[in-house]
Amino acid sequence: MQPGIGAGLMGAIGALCTTLAAAGDVPPPRQVELRQMLTQDCGSCHGLTLKGGLGPALTPEALAGKSPASLRATILHGRPGTPMAPWSPFLTETEAGWLVEHLLNGTAHAHAR
Amino acid sequence: MPTRAEHLRLSLFTALVLAVSGCAGPRGTGDLGLVIERATGSVQVVDTSARTRIARIDGFGDLSHASAVFSRDARYAYVFGRDGGLTKVDLLTGKIEKRIVQAGNAIGGAISQDGKVVAVSNYEPGGVRLFDAGSLAPLAEIPANGANGARSKVVGLVDAPGDRFVFALYDAGEIWLADARDPRAPRVTKFSNTGKQPYDGTVTADGRWYLAGLFGEDGLALLDLWHPAAGARKVVEGYGRGSQPLPVYKMPHLDYIAAAGDRLFVPAAGRHELLVVDARNWKELARVPLAGQPVFVVARPDGRHVWVNFAPPHNDTVQVLDSETLATVRTLKPGKGVLHMEFTPRGEACWVSVRDDNLVRVYDTATFAELAALPADKPSGIFFSARAHRIGQ
Ligand code: HEC
Repeated sequence: MQPGIGAGLMGAIGALCTTLAAAGDVPPPRQVELRQMLTQDCGSCHGLTLKGGLGPALTPEALAGKSPASLRATILHGRPGTPMAPWSPFLTETEAGWLVEHLLNGTAHAHAR
Repeated sequence: MPTRAEHLRLSLFTALVLAVSGCAGPRGTGDLGLVIERATGSVQVVDTSARTRIARIDGFGDLSHASAVFSRDARYAYVFGRDGGLTKVDLLTGKIEKRIVQAGNAIGGAISQDGKVVAVSNYEPGGVRLFDAGSLAPLAEIPANGANGARSKVVGLVDAPGDRFVFALYDAGEIWLADARDPRAPRVTKFSNTGKQPYDGTVTADGRWYLAGLFGEDGLALLDLWHPAAGARKVVEGYGRGSQPLPVYKMPHLDYIAAAGDRLFVPAAGRHELLVVDARNWKELARVPLAGQPVFVVARPDGRHVWVNFAPPHNDTVQVLDSETLATVRTLKPGKGVLHMEFTPRGEACWVSVRDDNLVRVYDTATFAELAALPADKPSGIFFSARAHRIGQ
């Protein structure tokens, strides 16, 4: 095996593991807090039902086709020049990943009120 | 002589009033108000004299970011929901009179000076729609296409003297003035390049000056409604003095302007500061450091104190400032998720909604003693009927 491909494969497996680990690594009590944050805090701009407000809708349909990594980066680092602020002071990478997964598979909306 | 049917209607009505108020005889609405319960899509009718809830009404849809205005007889409230719902509710009977869903995504509304027209500002489709205040029948639509042609979200809609409505286009950076004396054919005057990303707007208590807060730049957009032909201009520019703005975890709101004499108090966007503006020349007089990013800045009706609440993570705090010395008089910690503050009409009490405690706390504004704590399901906006008689509210 060429070293390059090996490293690439390892990287890909690593990334996969991180993604898989992401959901598991958020303990249930923290998941409750994150859901609350999504509804109440993110909801003040994206709507309590996440169907949009000053910020765009965060429904699975609206986010379809967007890369989870870039969505996670948006949540952690914000988008300069827009009201989307960096949430990294309040969220770890794993937690941001959990939020993205939750948004993309629509389970965030079942809880959003 | 009333007919039998009229008699029956009258006694039925009286019975309803009795059922709602729980006390004998007809009553006024001057000390009533609404508390929005956003999680459940319900609204409470509250009595600010007895400090109690007198009715709880369901069926308002999605009430995130809901607000309300009142009919000129202060009997009806018009509640604007995020889902585009416009609901007319009777404070006396505690019943919904009429409800329509007029757009996909709405942000607020206003009622005309003559009380005949209700206007709603929409994000989706971006624009303003006018409705008959009696029947909620549609009258006109004003699509918010900015100078670049693109449709924009509308923010900061208020009424102004002359049956006019004023609002700002968030995406386009414009301020529009709609003359609704003929509400089926409103005449719109547009002011472009009035400042980047206006996030909200309001008028001074006399209805003369329209102010829009800007997110995209340091400053406020100002329009003199006595002389609209002179155009809008930017004031209090560069309050950030080139420094990086701080992240904003909830947008500031300009519900109604906080004023004390010639001083106006405005939240800075992206700064943990209160801007004190001289209303005679629109220059910055002072800047006061605050506990966090201010959201609402409201003055006690006598102007002596200014109350401020904050964006997360400081949303457990209310800071009360002396409008003269600008010193902090008191820092209150009502609980997590302080979302709104409303003074009773003459200012002896302030009602504060505390979302995570599921309470509305009522404070004595002279002593800061807690007078009452009323249960409410995730309370957000609080609106008292005295707004019926104020321009811009
Ligand atoms: C102060 C308002 C505000 C708050 C609060 C806010 N956002 Fe945003 N958000 C925005 C805006 C505005 C945009 C669009 C930015 C742009 O124009 O690119 C955005 C964009 C996003 C996007 C990218 C969407 C896309 O289609 O690319 C995601 C994901 C997102 N926000 C998630 C969140 C999460 C999660 C939270 C809470 C932790 C949050 N936002 C809180 C205003 C906000």
